[in-house]
Amino acid sequence: MVSLSPQTSTAAGAIGRRPIDWLGQFRGLPLLPLLILVPFVLVAAFADYIAPYDPTEPVAGMKIFTPPAWMQGGDIRVLLGTDFQGRDILSRLIFGARVSLIVGVTGTVVAGSIGTLLGVLAGYLGGWVDQVVMRVTDAWLALPALVFAIFLATMLGPSMWNIVIILGAVYWTRYARVIRGEVLSLREREFVKLAEIAGASRARVIRRHIIPNVLNTGMVLASLTIGVVIIAEASLSFLGVGVPPPQPAWGSMLAEGRSTLMVGMWWLTILPGFCIMLVVLATQLLGDWLRIRLDPQLRNL
Amino acid sequence: MPPLLQVTSLETHYVSFGGARVIKAVDDVSFTVNEGETLGIVGESGCGKTTTCLSIVGLLPPGARIVGGQIEFAGKDLAQLRQSEMRRIRGAQIAMILQDPMASLNPLFSIYTQVAEPAYYHQSIRGRSLRQRVRQLLDAVRIPSPTQRMREYPHQMSGGMRQRIVGAIALAGGPRLIIADEPTTNLDVTIQAQYLDLLKELQQETGVAVIFVTHNLGIVARMCVKLAVMYAGKIVEAGAVRDLFNSPQHPYTKGLLGSMPKLGSKEPLFAIPGHPPDLATLPSGCAFHPRCAEAMARCTLEEPDEVRVGGDWRARCWRAEPQHGQSAKDVDVAAAVGS
Amino acid sequence: MSPPLLEVEGLTKHFPVTIALFPRRKIGWVKAVDGVDFAVYPGETLGVIGESGCGKTTTSKLILLQEAPTGGAIRFDGKDIAALAGPELMRYRREVQVVFQDPYSSLSPRMRVGEIIAEPLQIHTALSRADQQERVAEVLDLVGLRPEVATLFPHEFSGGQRQRIAIARALVTNTRLIVLDEPVSALDVSIRAQIMNQLEELQSRLGVSYIFIGHDLATVAHISHRIAVMYLGQIVEMADAIELCAKPLHPYTQALFTAALPAHPDDKREKLAISGEVPSALSPPSGCRFHPRCPKVMPRCTAEPPARREVAPGHIVACHLY
Repeated sequence: MVSLSPQTSTAAGAIGRRPIDWLGQFRGLPLLPLLILVPFVLVAAFADYIAPYDPTEPVAGMKIFTPPAWMQGGDIRVLLGTDFQGRDILSRLIFGARVSLIVGVTGTVVAGSIGTLLGVLAGYLGGWVDQVVMRVTDAWLALPALVFAIFLATMLGPSMWNIVIILGAVYWTRYARVIRGEVLSLREREFVKLAEIAGASRARVIRRHIIPNVLNTGMVLASLTIGVVIIAEASLSFLGVGVPPPQPAWGSMLAEGRSTLMVGMWWLTILPGFCIMLVVLATQLLGDWLRIRLDPQLRNL
Repeated sequence: MPPLLQVTSLETHYVSFGGARVIKAVDDVSFTVNEGETLGIVGESGCGKTTTCLSIVGLLPPGARIVGGQIEFAGKDLAQLRQSEMRRIRGAQIAMILQDPMASLNPLFSIYTQVAEPAYYHQSIRGRSLRQRVRQLLDAVRIPSPTQRMREYPHQMSGGMRQRIVGAIALAGGPRLIIADEPTTNLDVTIQAQYLDLLKELQQETGVAVIFVTHNLGIVARMCVKLAVMYAGKIVEAGAVRDLFNSPQHPYTKGLLGSMPKLGSKEPLFAIPGHPPDLATLPSGCAFHPRCAEAMARCTLEEPDEVRVGGDWRARCWRAEPQHGQSAKDVDVAAAVGS
Repeated sequence: MSPPLLEVEGLTKHFPVTIALFPRRKIGWVKAVDGVDFAVYPGETLGVIGESGCGKTTTSKLILLQEAPTGGAIRFDGKDIAALAGPELMRYRREVQVVFQDPYSSLSPRMRVGEIIAEPLQIHTALSRADQQERVAEVLDLVGLRPEVATLFPHEFSGGQRQRIAIARALVTNTRLIVLDEPVSALDVSIRAQIMNQLEELQSRLGVSYIFIGHDLATVAHISHRIAVMYLGQIVEMADAIELCAKPLHPYTQALFTAALPAHPDDKREKLAISGEVPSALSPPSGCRFHPRCPKVMPRCTAEPPARREVAPGHIVACHLY
């Protein structure tokens, strides 16, 4: 008869640890999105050191509307040309990256926080809390996002941080909906029921059991929302109610270059537009990868 | 008479990470099923019993491949056949009954459509004869008022009834072999008993051979004449059910039998320590040695060979010895019906 | 005989069935639990066995205060638990815990094992971090796991180990009663025996009571001192485990025994005498609920529900045959 002492059971691998497949964790990293985003982030972070010129001042000795260096009439000192005030496009793009990324990230964080909190409360508490939050969400969603943002912008006045708040206030609804759905199913999971049976207060259950388990979904949503927020900021700047001049923002650069696009000065619009496209594409791809990566792990092996 | 199904040294591997990781789900598995025989394949999670069955019917998931051995069925090697040829065998000659009846039945099609399908495709019965055949099958599985039930849908039936429908579908093509993978795990105890009684009757009436894949030795005791015990992808002991229950040779078989609670007895259960191994990180030598009460030094180094205990009875253990006196009479399986 | 730890009297739970959204109309009641009486004594195990729809899960929910009864009372230490509030309620929650069937969803995936086990301590006591850790190590040792595992996450463990963790968590606050809802059904056969033995050892060591809910007769009979057999919301027979196995009186209990799988191919077995399925709890049969399937049905059974009678010391049956 085999001894049933704890030693026997634990000796036979009670910890049951599988060797962690360290190398495997790095396989399948989304190279493309990271190859795009990492440089942009670094550039935005070190803009002061990287940008060749002050983005708000015309470059001394340069003509306005100088084309990029490889074109006829271009100058190697202004690699990507100058705009209608003679300011260096490259420097403006670099500082513009800072604006887009900061607004994109913080706007998403604000939207995510509001939306997740409301979604969790609605999903877990149910009842009238759920009804109220959902009706507010419905009402919010009925408003066209951009129009609403413009409205708020004109009310609050142009400034980068106001834009962050506005975008957060506009885009929280997609979080609330999705997180609420997650919480509805989480609520029925046994470990939540166990905590309730053990006497945990609702606040405790939310804090320790619900929120940590919706973070995954939250992260995926966040990465997918950043793109939307960046485009929204660009649109606002384009329409003139975003980040105020002379601070460079890709959206306002688009607006500034609009009138001269037709006469051949393509670099004023194509270049910032290209940057917007790259960053948004990268965040979308990253979000997709995150979603696929995190999903199977949530399922039990 | 040649055996109906003869599996010889079957090897099925799961390959991932472009060949970097190989899991030997089925490792050198051999067994035989004769016409009209019932074989039980017993094991716990990860032992390879389901993969063995999927290998036989050619329904392995992507990433899994038969890399060696033969599966001889009615004169053909199933391991070598193409999918198009396997399709003609599946349903017609070999049928499967799976664990979850709700997952096996299509919620969108009527009972009639689903039971008729194998007969339609494999035996080309049509029209009135087809309806008659469906009625006959539903009768055989004891579904009351078959004519009315034919027109209903799966969600209108209870779990037990659905599992019977699954049985009817399995029989519809007139198979010679049915593979039942945990067919009663989701059923209530009394429903399970009724279902097993039914299967036994059907098996005697139609002479179909059945392979029961289960973790429950009670089912094997009730339904099967032959038994194969699997662990970590290998068959560790196989033979007549009575032999294995009476004097199991492999410590794992002994452990499984000892851990079954006996009705009315309060004797402490024998618990095999540890837990079933991860196929990706098998121990050296005999895969069972870390949990084995009778392990010797040799067991940690060398994988045991198969010992012929007697007749068709074999065990993969360094401690197993041929049992003299175990004559072929205990292994007379082909004619064994009922008990 | 010491007073019962938990006493259930006339417990009833009816769920309303409504159709149409507006206005909500009640078309009937699902009588999930309909007049259940039993008692659990300190240090003993009450087994509850029954098939789907018998009400065992609802009964456990009622005991765990996840649902409120429609009638009857549940008394713990003599006090009605429906009347508990504040510190008294917290005391109940501290002393009555549960272990669920599925080891894969009962542990919070993003918390370390040590935190999971310590949670009841954090809720009910004011123990310091260090004291909590000590207690966690204590219960881990009780269930046969090394204290180092407290830093790991649930997904690094096998099913059997997770159930041990769940049991450790259920014991950490000096629990007096644990409701075990099919605790071994989802585990591999060889692990089941380990957990069963562990549970028995813990009971003899700590004196904790169990309500062991299961569907496998042999398993339930092995660990229980007394067994209650439930059918369609009612207890049809209740007796000491050994007595029940020797002399099952109610035809349904007898059917369960007949239906149980043999332990050996040579075990003689009669043919199952009952047929059909468990009827819906929405409209249970009149009189004795088992009468449509009963092989020994008499005319009286269709009209009059049988009373529960003690036909032998400690052996209660609800059947007109007795």
